Amino acid sequence: MSTAVLTDVTLDQRLGTAWKKPNFIKNPIVRWTLFIGAVVYLILAFNSIDVNWARVSEGLIRGWNFIVAFANPDFFSRGTDIREGLIESVIMTVTSTVVGIAISIPIGLGAARNIAPLPVYIVCRGIVALSRALNEIIVAILMVAIFGFGPLAGFITLSFATIGFLAKLLAEEIEDMNKVQAEAVKATGSSWMQWINYGVQPQVMPRLVGLSIYRLDINFRESAVLGLVGAGGIGATLNTAFDRYEFDTAAAILLMIIGTVMVLEYLSGVIRKKVQ
Amino acid sequence: MLQIEKLTKKYPTGDLALTAVDLEIPEGQVLALIGPSGAGKSTLIRCINRLVEPTSGTVTLKGENITTLGSGGLRAARRKMGMIFQEYALVERLTVMENVLSGRLGYVGFWRSFLRKYPQSDIDEAFRLLDRVGLLHMADKRADELSGGQRQRVGIARALIQDPDLLLVDEPTASLDPKTSRQIMRLICELCKERGLAAIINIHDVALAQMFVQRVVGLKLGKLQFDGSPDQLTPDVLTSIYGEEDWEATIEKVDEEDA
Repeated sequence: MSTAVLTDVTLDQRLGTAWKKPNFIKNPIVRWTLFIGAVVYLILAFNSIDVNWARVSEGLIRGWNFIVAFANPDFFSRGTDIREGLIESVIMTVTSTVVGIAISIPIGLGAARNIAPLPVYIVCRGIVALSRALNEIIVAILMVAIFGFGPLAGFITLSFATIGFLAKLLAEEIEDMNKVQAEAVKATGSSWMQWINYGVQPQVMPRLVGLSIYRLDINFRESAVLGLVGAGGIGATLNTAFDRYEFDTAAAILLMIIGTVMVLEYLSGVIRKKVQ
Repeated sequence: MLQIEKLTKKYPTGDLALTAVDLEIPEGQVLALIGPSGAGKSTLIRCINRLVEPTSGTVTLKGENITTLGSGGLRAARRKMGMIFQEYALVERLTVMENVLSGRLGYVGFWRSFLRKYPQSDIDEAFRLLDRVGLLHMADKRADELSGGQRQRVGIARALIQDPDLLLVDEPTASLDPKTSRQIMRLICELCKERGLAAIINIHDVALAQMFVQRVVGLKLGKLQFDGSPDQLTPDVLTSIYGEEDWEATIEKVDEEDA
Protein backbone atom coordinates (compact mmCIF):
# COMPACT_ATOMS: atom_id res chain seq x y z
CA MET A 1 0.00 0.00 0.00
CA SER A 2 1.45 3.32 -1.03
CA THR A 3 1.43 5.96 1.65
CA ALA A 4 2.47 8.81 -0.65
CA VAL A 5 0.00 11.61 -1.18
CA LEU A 6 -1.21 11.75 -4.76
CA THR A 7 0.24 15.17 -5.41
CA ASP A 8 3.78 13.95 -4.62
CA VAL A 9 3.61 11.36 -7.38
CA THR A 10 4.47 12.16 -10.96
CA LEU A 11 2.41 10.82 -13.81
CA ASP A 12 5.29 8.54 -14.94
CA GLN A 13 5.30 6.78 -11.59
CA ARG A 14 1.55 6.25 -11.79
CA LEU A 15 1.33 4.97 -15.37
CA GLY A 16 1.26 1.19 -15.66
CA THR A 17 0.62 0.64 -11.94
CA ALA A 18 -2.64 -0.88 -10.79
CA TRP A 19 -5.21 1.27 -9.03
CA LYS A 20 -7.37 0.16 -6.20
CA LYS A 21 -9.85 1.95 -3.98
CA PRO A 22 -8.17 3.12 -0.75
CA ASN A 23 -9.16 0.99 2.24
CA PHE A 24 -11.73 2.46 4.61
CA ILE A 25 -9.51 1.56 7.59
CA LYS A 26 -6.00 2.52 6.53
CA ASN A 27 -3.93 0.67 9.15
CA PRO A 28 -3.77 -3.01 8.03
CA ILE A 29 -3.21 -4.30 11.59
CA VAL A 30 -6.33 -2.54 12.90
CA ARG A 31 -8.29 -3.65 9.84
CA TRP A 32 -7.44 -7.36 10.17
CA THR A 33 -7.79 -7.37 13.96
CA LEU A 34 -11.29 -5.97 13.66
CA PHE A 35 -12.23 -8.44 10.93
CA ILE A 36 -10.86 -11.56 12.64
CA GLY A 37 -12.23 -10.40 15.99
CA ALA A 38 -15.73 -10.08 14.51
CA VAL A 39 -15.59 -13.60 13.04
CA VAL A 40 -14.30 -15.15 16.29
CA TYR A 41 -16.99 -13.36 18.29
CA LEU A 42 -19.73 -14.60 15.96
CA ILE A 43 -18.54 -18.23 16.27
CA LEU A 44 -18.36 -18.00 20.06
CA ALA A 45 -21.74 -16.31 20.24
CA PHE A 46 -23.45 -19.00 18.18
CA ASN A 47 -21.87 -21.73 20.29
CA SER A 48 -23.17 -20.14 23.46
CA ILE A 49 -26.79 -20.48 22.35
CA ASP A 50 -28.15 -23.46 24.21
CA VAL A 51 -30.72 -25.52 22.30
CA ASN A 52 -32.78 -28.09 24.15
CA TRP A 53 -33.72 -30.45 21.32
CA ALA A 54 -36.12 -32.52 23.41
CA ARG A 55 -38.05 -29.38 24.26
CA VAL A 56 -38.03 -28.32 20.63
CA SER A 57 -39.50 -31.60 19.38
CA GLU A 58 -42.26 -31.33 21.97
CA GLY A 59 -42.85 -27.69 21.09
CA LEU A 60 -42.97 -28.43 17.39
CA ILE A 61 -46.10 -30.55 17.94
CA ARG A 62 -47.74 -27.74 19.87
CA GLY A 63 -46.74 -25.30 17.16
CA TRP A 64 -48.17 -27.62 14.54
CA ASN A 65 -51.52 -27.75 16.39
CA PHE A 66 -51.52 -24.00 16.33
CA ILE A 67 -50.87 -23.89 12.59
CA VAL A 68 -53.56 -26.51 11.97
CA ALA A 69 -56.00 -24.29 13.85
CA PHE A 70 -55.28 -21.57 11.30
CA ALA A 71 -56.71 -23.84 8.64
CA ASN A 72 -60.12 -23.69 10.36
CA PRO A 73 -60.31 -20.49 12.36
CA ASP A 74 -63.38 -20.11 14.50
CA PHE A 75 -64.90 -16.67 14.13
CA PHE A 76 -68.27 -17.52 15.68
CA SER A 77 -68.21 -19.39 18.99
CA ARG A 78 -66.66 -16.29 20.63
CA GLY A 79 -68.04 -13.92 18.00
CA THR A 80 -69.35 -11.28 20.40
CA ASP A 81 -66.05 -11.14 22.31
CA ILE A 82 -64.08 -10.78 19.10
CA ARG A 83 -66.37 -8.04 17.79
CA GLU A 84 -66.26 -6.08 21.04
CA GLY A 85 -62.49 -6.47 21.31
CA LEU A 86 -62.02 -5.34 17.75
CA ILE A 87 -64.25 -2.28 18.14
CA GLU A 88 -62.43 -1.37 21.33
CA SER A 89 -59.09 -1.71 19.54
CA VAL A 90 -60.21 0.44 16.63
CA ILE A 91 -61.47 3.15 18.97
CA MET A 92 -58.24 3.00 20.93
CA THR A 93 -56.18 3.15 17.76
CA VAL A 94 -58.00 6.06 16.14
CA THR A 95 -58.29 8.23 19.25
CA SER A 96 -54.70 7.66 20.34
CA THR A 97 -53.40 8.35 16.84
CA VAL A 98 -55.36 11.60 16.52
CA VAL A 99 -54.36 12.82 19.97
CA GLY A 100 -50.78 11.66 19.41
CA ILE A 101 -50.52 13.56 16.11
CA ALA A 102 -52.02 16.70 17.63
CA ILE A 103 -49.41 16.67 20.40
CA SER A 104 -46.58 15.56 18.09
CA ILE A 105 -46.83 18.50 15.68
CA PRO A 106 -45.87 21.26 18.12
CA ILE A 107 -43.26 19.02 19.74
CA GLY A 108 -41.89 18.09 16.31
CA LEU A 109 -41.59 21.79 15.42
CA GLY A 110 -39.80 22.41 18.69
CA ALA A 111 -37.46 19.47 18.17
CA ALA A 112 -36.20 20.71 14.80
CA ARG A 113 -32.91 22.48 15.42
CA ASN A 114 -33.18 24.71 12.33
CA ILE A 115 -36.41 26.42 13.42
CA ALA A 116 -36.50 26.19 17.22
CA PRO A 117 -34.36 28.12 19.72
CA LEU A 118 -32.00 25.98 21.79
CA PRO A 119 -33.98 25.82 25.09
CA VAL A 120 -37.18 24.77 23.27
CA TYR A 121 -35.18 22.27 21.24
CA ILE A 122 -33.70 20.66 24.35
CA VAL A 123 -37.09 20.34 26.08
CA CYS A 124 -38.80 18.88 23.00
CA ARG A 125 -35.95 16.48 22.28
CA GLY A 126 -36.15 15.44 25.93
CA ILE A 127 -39.83 14.58 25.59
CA VAL A 128 -39.12 12.64 22.40
CA ALA A 129 -36.25 10.76 24.05
CA LEU A 130 -38.39 9.90 27.09
CA SER A 131 -41.22 8.62 24.93
CA ARG A 132 -38.86 6.53 22.83
CA ALA A 133 -36.90 5.18 25.77
CA LEU A 134 -39.97 3.66 27.42
CA ASN A 135 -41.28 0.63 25.64
CA GLU A 136 -45.04 0.49 25.07
CA ILE A 137 -45.48 -2.55 27.26
CA ILE A 138 -43.74 -0.90 30.20
CA VAL A 139 -45.80 2.26 29.82
CA ALA A 140 -48.95 0.15 29.53
CA ILE A 141 -48.18 -1.71 32.75
CA LEU A 142 -47.73 1.63 34.51
CA MET A 143 -50.93 3.04 33.01
CA VAL A 144 -52.90 -0.07 33.98
CA ALA A 145 -51.58 0.40 37.50
CA ILE A 146 -52.76 4.02 37.50
CA PHE A 147 -56.03 3.87 35.56
CA GLY A 148 -57.00 0.24 36.02
CA PHE A 149 -57.69 -2.43 33.40
CA GLY A 150 -59.32 -1.35 30.14
CA PRO A 151 -58.88 0.71 27.02
CA LEU A 152 -58.16 4.04 28.77
CA ALA A 153 -54.73 2.76 29.78
CA GLY A 154 -54.14 1.56 26.22
CA PHE A 155 -55.25 4.88 24.76
CA ILE A 156 -52.84 6.86 26.93
CA THR A 157 -50.00 4.45 26.26
CA LEU A 158 -50.42 4.64 22.49
CA SER A 159 -50.79 8.44 22.47
CA PHE A 160 -47.57 8.68 24.44
CA ALA A 161 -45.74 6.28 22.13
CA THR A 162 -47.01 8.14 19.05
CA ILE A 163 -45.35 11.34 20.26
CA GLY A 164 -41.90 9.76 20.36
CA PHE A 165 -42.28 8.31 16.91
CA LEU A 166 -44.02 11.09 15.02
CA ALA A 167 -42.39 14.12 16.66
CA LYS A 168 -38.93 12.68 16.07
CA LEU A 169 -39.48 11.85 12.41
CA LEU A 170 -41.32 15.13 11.76
CA ALA A 171 -38.45 17.06 13.33
CA GLU A 172 -35.96 15.21 11.16
CA GLU A 173 -38.01 15.95 8.06
CA ILE A 174 -38.08 19.64 8.98
CA GLU A 175 -34.33 19.63 9.52
CA ASP A 176 -33.90 18.15 6.02
CA MET A 177 -36.19 20.63 4.29
CA ASN A 178 -35.09 22.96 1.50
CA LYS A 179 -33.79 25.98 3.38
CA VAL A 180 -34.08 28.46 0.53
CA GLN A 181 -37.82 27.96 0.06
CA ALA A 182 -38.36 28.76 3.73
CA GLU A 183 -35.92 31.66 3.50
CA ALA A 184 -37.90 33.14 0.60
CA VAL A 185 -41.07 33.13 2.69
CA LYS A 186 -39.24 34.73 5.60
CA ALA A 187 -37.91 37.46 3.28
CA THR A 188 -41.47 38.63 2.54
CA GLY A 189 -41.82 39.85 6.13
CA SER A 190 -44.03 36.99 7.27
CA SER A 191 -44.66 36.26 10.93
CA TRP A 192 -43.36 33.03 12.48
CA MET A 193 -46.69 31.24 12.15
CA GLN A 194 -47.08 32.35 8.52
CA TRP A 195 -43.55 31.23 7.85
CA ILE A 196 -44.31 27.77 9.20
CA ASN A 197 -47.59 27.61 7.26
CA TYR A 198 -46.13 28.74 3.91
CA GLY A 199 -42.45 27.88 4.04
CA VAL A 200 -42.28 24.70 6.12
CA GLN A 201 -45.65 22.94 6.12
CA PRO A 202 -45.93 22.39 2.34
CA GLN A 203 -42.50 20.82 2.33
CA VAL A 204 -43.16 18.30 5.11
CA MET A 205 -46.88 17.64 4.62
CA PRO A 206 -46.65 14.50 2.43
CA ARG A 207 -44.23 12.92 4.86
CA LEU A 208 -46.39 13.89 7.84
CA VAL A 209 -49.47 12.31 6.26
CA GLY A 210 -47.51 9.18 5.34
CA LEU A 211 -46.06 8.85 8.84
CA SER A 212 -49.45 9.43 10.46
CA ILE A 213 -51.02 6.61 8.50
CA TYR A 214 -48.05 4.41 9.24
CA ARG A 215 -48.47 5.20 12.93
CA LEU A 216 -52.18 4.36 12.73
CA ASP A 217 -51.11 0.99 11.42
CA ILE A 218 -48.53 0.53 14.21
CA ASN A 219 -51.00 1.62 16.88
CA PHE A 220 -53.48 -0.98 15.72
CA ARG A 221 -50.90 -3.72 15.93
CA GLU A 222 -49.70 -2.45 19.30
CA SER A 223 -53.27 -2.40 20.59
CA ALA A 224 -53.31 -6.17 20.08
CA VAL A 225 -50.19 -6.57 22.20
CA LEU A 226 -51.25 -4.14 24.94
CA GLY A 227 -54.25 -6.34 25.72
CA LEU A 228 -51.79 -8.91 27.04
CA VAL A 229 -50.99 -6.63 29.99
CA GLY A 230 -54.60 -5.66 30.55
CA ALA A 231 -54.81 -2.45 28.56
CA GLY A 232 -57.96 -3.49 26.71
CA GLY A 233 -58.70 -4.05 23.04
CA ILE A 234 -58.50 -7.13 20.84
CA GLY A 235 -55.32 -8.14 22.67
CA ALA A 236 -57.35 -8.90 25.78
CA THR A 237 -59.62 -11.17 23.75
CA LEU A 238 -56.59 -12.82 22.17
CA ASN A 239 -54.99 -13.36 25.54
CA THR A 240 -58.15 -15.00 26.89
CA ALA A 241 -58.31 -17.29 23.85
CA PHE A 242 -54.72 -18.43 24.41
CA ASP A 243 -55.34 -18.96 28.11
CA ARG A 244 -58.24 -21.27 27.26
CA TYR A 245 -56.18 -23.12 24.60
CA GLU A 246 -58.80 -22.02 22.05
CA PHE A 247 -56.33 -21.87 19.20
CA ASP A 248 -59.08 -21.73 16.59
CA THR A 249 -60.48 -18.53 18.12
CA ALA A 250 -56.95 -17.13 18.53
CA ALA A 251 -56.31 -17.91 14.88
CA ALA A 252 -59.48 -16.05 13.90
CA ILE A 253 -58.36 -13.02 15.89
CA LEU A 254 -54.86 -13.08 14.40
CA LEU A 255 -56.30 -13.37 10.90
CA MET A 256 -58.48 -10.34 11.52
CA ILE A 257 -55.51 -8.35 12.80
CA ILE A 258 -53.51 -9.34 9.71
CA GLY A 259 -56.42 -8.44 7.46
CA THR A 260 -56.88 -5.03 9.08
CA VAL A 261 -53.18 -4.24 8.83
CA MET A 262 -53.19 -5.20 5.15
CA VAL A 263 -56.17 -2.95 4.46
CA LEU A 264 -54.43 -0.08 6.26
CA GLU A 265 -51.27 -0.75 4.30
CA TYR A 266 -53.17 -0.56 1.02
CA LEU A 267 -54.99 2.62 2.08
CA SER A 268 -51.78 4.31 3.15
CA GLY A 269 -50.31 3.62 -0.28
CA VAL A 270 -53.30 5.20 -1.99
CA ILE A 271 -53.36 8.25 0.28
CA ARG A 272 -49.62 8.85 0.11
CA LYS A 273 -49.80 8.87 -3.67
CA LYS A 274 -52.58 11.47 -3.53
CA VAL A 275 -50.75 13.91 -1.26
CA GLN A 276 -47.37 13.76 -3.00
CA MET B 1 -32.15 55.64 -0.52
CA LEU B 2 -30.11 52.70 0.77
CA GLN B 3 -26.96 53.36 2.76
CA ILE B 4 -24.61 50.61 3.83
CA GLU B 5 -21.89 51.65 6.25
CA LYS B 6 -18.95 49.57 7.44
CA LEU B 7 -20.98 46.40 7.03
CA THR B 8 -19.04 43.43 8.38
CA LYS B 9 -20.02 39.80 8.65
CA LYS B 10 -17.97 37.22 10.44
CA TYR B 11 -19.40 33.70 10.42
CA PRO B 12 -19.17 31.58 13.58
CA THR B 13 -16.59 29.47 11.73
CA GLY B 14 -14.33 32.54 11.74
CA ASP B 15 -14.69 33.26 8.02
CA LEU B 16 -14.78 36.97 7.37
CA ALA B 17 -17.37 37.23 4.57
CA LEU B 18 -17.63 41.03 4.49
CA THR B 19 -15.11 43.58 5.70
CA ALA B 20 -16.37 47.13 6.30
CA VAL B 21 -18.35 47.46 3.08
CA ASP B 22 -19.64 50.96 2.31
CA LEU B 23 -22.22 51.41 -0.42
CA GLU B 24 -24.89 53.96 -1.21
CA ILE B 25 -27.68 53.41 -3.70
CA PRO B 26 -29.88 56.26 -4.89
CA GLU B 27 -33.58 55.95 -5.71
CA GLY B 28 -34.32 53.87 -8.81
CA GLN B 29 -30.79 52.69 -9.51
CA VAL B 30 -30.17 49.16 -10.74
CA LEU B 31 -26.81 47.93 -9.60
CA ALA B 32 -24.98 44.75 -10.49
CA LEU B 33 -22.80 43.14 -7.86
CA ILE B 34 -20.07 41.04 -9.41
CA GLY B 35 -17.18 39.07 -7.98
CA PRO B 36 -15.82 35.54 -7.73
CA SER B 37 -17.68 32.80 -5.86
CA GLY B 38 -17.18 33.26 -2.15
CA ALA B 39 -16.56 37.00 -2.44
CA GLY B 40 -19.54 37.69 -0.15
CA LYS B 41 -22.15 38.77 -2.70
CA SER B 42 -24.92 36.58 -1.29
CA THR B 43 -23.94 37.46 2.25
CA LEU B 44 -24.09 41.17 1.41
CA ILE B 45 -27.65 41.12 0.11
CA ARG B 46 -28.77 38.78 2.90
CA CYS B 47 -27.32 41.18 5.46
CA ILE B 48 -29.49 43.94 4.02
CA ASN B 49 -32.75 42.19 4.91
CA ARG B 50 -31.07 40.35 7.77
CA LEU B 51 -31.68 36.81 6.60
CA VAL B 52 -28.05 36.81 7.72
CA GLU B 53 -27.33 38.91 10.82
CA PRO B 54 -24.47 41.33 10.16
CA THR B 55 -21.72 41.34 12.78
CA SER B 56 -21.31 45.11 12.73
CA GLY B 57 -22.05 48.15 10.60
CA THR B 58 -25.38 49.67 9.61
CA VAL B 59 -27.89 49.36 6.82
CA THR B 60 -30.27 52.28 6.39
CA LEU B 61 -33.28 52.11 4.11
CA LYS B 62 -35.12 55.38 3.56
CA GLY B 63 -33.71 56.80 6.77
CA GLU B 64 -34.56 53.76 8.89
CA ASN B 65 -31.71 51.85 10.49
CA ILE B 66 -32.53 48.22 9.76
CA THR B 67 -29.70 46.69 11.78
CA THR B 68 -31.19 47.73 15.12
CA LEU B 69 -34.83 46.80 14.46
CA GLY B 70 -36.66 44.37 16.71
CA SER B 71 -38.51 41.41 15.19
CA GLY B 72 -41.75 43.35 14.49
CA GLY B 73 -39.91 46.27 12.95
CA LEU B 74 -37.74 43.94 10.92
CA ARG B 75 -40.80 42.23 9.46
CA ALA B 76 -42.24 45.60 8.46
CA ALA B 77 -38.91 46.56 6.88
CA ARG B 78 -38.65 43.26 5.00
CA ARG B 79 -41.95 44.03 3.27
CA LYS B 80 -40.20 46.93 1.57
CA MET B 81 -37.42 44.70 0.23
CA GLY B 82 -38.45 42.18 -2.38
CA MET B 83 -36.07 39.28 -2.85
CA ILE B 84 -35.49 37.15 -5.94
CA PHE B 85 -33.43 34.00 -5.60
CA GLN B 86 -31.10 31.73 -7.44
CA GLU B 87 -32.96 28.48 -8.16
CA TYR B 88 -36.16 30.54 -7.76
CA ALA B 89 -36.93 29.37 -4.19
CA LEU B 90 -40.63 28.97 -4.88
CA VAL B 91 -42.45 26.77 -2.39
CA GLU B 92 -42.79 23.87 -4.77
CA ARG B 93 -45.90 22.23 -3.41
CA LEU B 94 -47.89 25.46 -3.38
CA THR B 95 -49.68 26.80 -6.43
CA VAL B 96 -48.34 29.67 -8.50
CA MET B 97 -51.02 31.94 -7.04
CA GLU B 98 -50.16 30.96 -3.45
CA ASN B 99 -46.52 31.66 -4.17
CA VAL B 100 -47.31 35.10 -5.54
CA LEU B 101 -49.72 35.90 -2.71
CA SER B 102 -47.10 34.84 -0.16
CA GLY B 103 -45.46 38.15 -1.04
CA ARG B 104 -48.32 39.77 0.89
CA LEU B 105 -47.69 37.77 4.08
CA GLY B 106 -46.16 40.79 5.77
CA TYR B 107 -49.38 42.74 5.22
CA VAL B 108 -52.12 40.25 6.16
CA GLY B 109 -52.90 38.54 9.45
CA PHE B 110 -52.24 34.88 10.17
CA TRP B 111 -55.80 33.60 9.74
CA ARG B 112 -56.30 35.39 6.43
CA SER B 113 -53.11 33.87 5.08
CA PHE B 114 -53.86 30.47 6.63
CA LEU B 115 -57.33 30.33 5.03
CA ARG B 116 -55.97 31.87 1.80
CA LYS B 117 -58.61 34.64 2.12
CA TYR B 118 -56.55 37.55 0.84
CA PRO B 119 -58.10 41.00 0.31
CA GLN B 120 -59.52 41.38 -3.20
CA SER B 121 -57.01 44.16 -3.95
CA ASP B 122 -54.15 41.71 -3.30
CA ILE B 123 -55.75 39.07 -5.50
CA ASP B 124 -56.27 41.58 -8.32
CA GLU B 125 -52.68 42.74 -8.02
CA ALA B 126 -51.47 39.13 -8.11
CA PHE B 127 -53.39 38.53 -11.33
CA ARG B 128 -52.10 41.79 -12.82
CA LEU B 129 -48.52 40.82 -12.03
CA LEU B 130 -48.94 37.29 -13.36
CA ASP B 131 -50.31 38.82 -16.54
CA ARG B 132 -47.37 41.21 -16.69
CA VAL B 133 -44.86 38.34 -16.48
CA GLY B 134 -46.93 36.32 -18.97
CA LEU B 135 -48.13 33.56 -16.65
CA LEU B 136 -51.77 34.43 -16.01
CA HIS B 137 -52.90 31.07 -17.40
CA MET B 138 -50.62 29.22 -14.95
CA ALA B 139 -52.15 30.73 -11.78
CA ASP B 140 -53.53 27.43 -10.45
CA LYS B 141 -50.65 25.21 -11.50
CA ARG B 142 -48.34 23.87 -8.83
CA ALA B 143 -44.98 25.67 -8.80
CA ASP B 144 -43.04 22.47 -9.49
CA GLU B 145 -44.86 22.00 -12.79
CA LEU B 146 -43.22 25.12 -14.24
CA SER B 147 -40.02 25.44 -16.24
CA GLY B 148 -37.04 27.32 -14.84
CA GLY B 149 -37.77 30.57 -16.66
CA GLN B 150 -41.43 30.43 -15.67
CA ARG B 151 -40.53 29.80 -12.03
CA GLN B 152 -38.24 32.80 -11.98
CA ARG B 153 -41.08 34.93 -13.37
CA VAL B 154 -43.28 33.78 -10.51
CA GLY B 155 -40.40 34.66 -8.17
CA ILE B 156 -40.34 38.14 -9.67
CA ALA B 157 -44.11 38.54 -9.23
CA ARG B 158 -43.79 37.41 -5.59
CA ALA B 159 -41.15 40.05 -4.94
CA LEU B 160 -43.11 42.82 -6.68
CA ILE B 161 -46.43 42.18 -4.96
CA GLN B 162 -44.70 43.19 -1.72
CA ASP B 163 -44.77 46.72 -3.15
CA PRO B 164 -41.07 47.09 -2.34
CA ASP B 165 -38.73 50.09 -2.56
CA LEU B 166 -35.77 47.86 -3.23
CA LEU B 167 -35.20 44.53 -4.95
CA LEU B 168 -32.52 42.18 -3.67
CA VAL B 169 -31.72 39.80 -6.49
CA ASP B 170 -29.42 36.83 -5.87
CA GLU B 171 -28.05 35.20 -9.04
CA PRO B 172 -31.38 35.37 -10.90
CA THR B 173 -30.03 33.69 -14.03
CA ALA B 174 -27.59 31.17 -12.58
CA SER B 175 -29.63 28.13 -13.54
CA LEU B 176 -31.18 29.43 -16.78
CA ASP B 177 -30.17 29.09 -20.41
CA PRO B 178 -28.60 32.13 -22.14
CA LYS B 179 -31.77 33.27 -23.87
CA THR B 180 -34.00 32.89 -20.82
CA SER B 181 -31.29 34.60 -18.75
CA ARG B 182 -31.51 37.69 -20.92
CA GLN B 183 -35.30 37.68 -20.87
CA ILE B 184 -35.31 37.48 -17.09
CA MET B 185 -32.71 40.23 -16.71
CA ARG B 186 -34.61 42.40 -19.17
CA LEU B 187 -37.87 41.80 -17.30
CA ILE B 188 -36.32 42.67 -13.93
CA CYS B 189 -34.76 45.86 -15.29
CA GLU B 190 -37.92 46.90 -17.14
CA LEU B 191 -40.03 46.40 -14.02
CA CYS B 192 -37.55 48.38 -11.93
CA LYS B 193 -37.81 51.23 -14.43
CA GLU B 194 -41.64 51.07 -14.56
CA ARG B 195 -41.90 51.20 -10.79
CA GLY B 196 -38.87 53.32 -10.01
CA LEU B 197 -37.31 50.56 -7.93
CA ALA B 198 -33.73 50.33 -6.88
CA ALA B 199 -32.17 46.89 -7.21
CA ILE B 200 -29.02 45.06 -6.25
CA ILE B 201 -28.42 42.17 -8.60
CA ASN B 202 -25.77 39.57 -7.77
CA ILE B 203 -24.61 38.14 -11.02
CA HIS B 204 -21.79 35.97 -12.36
CA ASP B 205 -22.32 36.78 -16.00
CA VAL B 206 -20.38 40.01 -16.46
CA ALA B 207 -21.45 40.49 -20.06
CA LEU B 208 -25.11 40.13 -19.11
CA ALA B 209 -24.69 42.64 -16.29
CA GLN B 210 -23.07 45.15 -18.64
CA MET B 211 -25.99 44.88 -21.00
CA PHE B 212 -28.66 45.90 -18.53
CA VAL B 213 -27.43 47.85 -15.52
CA GLN B 214 -26.36 51.44 -14.86
CA ARG B 215 -23.73 50.68 -12.24
CA VAL B 216 -21.43 47.79 -11.44
CA VAL B 217 -19.85 47.06 -8.08
CA GLY B 218 -17.08 44.49 -7.80
CA LEU B 219 -16.54 42.57 -4.59
CA LYS B 220 -13.43 40.56 -3.82
CA LEU B 221 -12.86 38.62 -0.60
CA GLY B 222 -15.50 40.67 1.20
CA LYS B 223 -14.08 44.03 0.18
CA LEU B 224 -15.24 46.60 -2.36
CA GLN B 225 -12.87 46.41 -5.31
CA PHE B 226 -14.61 48.39 -8.02
CA ASP B 227 -17.50 50.82 -8.30
CA GLY B 228 -18.31 52.40 -11.63
CA SER B 229 -20.30 52.36 -14.82
CA PRO B 230 -20.46 49.20 -16.97
CA ASP B 231 -18.18 50.61 -19.68
CA GLN B 232 -15.44 51.23 -17.13
CA LEU B 233 -15.07 47.47 -16.78
CA THR B 234 -11.74 47.03 -18.54
CA PRO B 235 -9.70 43.83 -18.60
CA ASP B 236 -7.51 45.37 -15.88
CA VAL B 237 -10.52 45.93 -13.65
CA LEU B 238 -11.79 42.38 -14.19
CA THR B 239 -8.32 41.06 -13.39
CA SER B 240 -8.31 43.04 -10.16
CA ILE B 241 -11.66 41.49 -9.19
CA TYR B 242 -11.35 37.94 -10.43
CA GLY B 243 -7.63 37.40 -11.04
CA GLU B 244 -5.57 36.89 -14.18
CA GLU B 245 -7.50 35.71 -17.27
CA ASP B 246 -7.97 36.79 -20.88
CA TRP B 247 -10.92 39.15 -20.62
CA GLU B 248 -11.03 40.46 -24.20
CA ALA B 249 -13.60 37.87 -25.32
CA THR B 250 -15.95 38.67 -22.43
CA ILE B 251 -15.95 42.36 -23.17
CA GLU B 252 -15.96 42.12 -26.97
CA LYS B 253 -19.08 40.00 -26.86
CA VAL B 254 -20.86 42.85 -25.16
CA ASP B 255 -19.75 45.36 -27.77
CA GLU B 256 -21.17 43.15 -30.48
CA GLU B 257 -24.50 42.88 -28.75
CA ASP B 258 -24.68 46.57 -28.06
CA ALA B 259 -24.21 47.33 -31.74
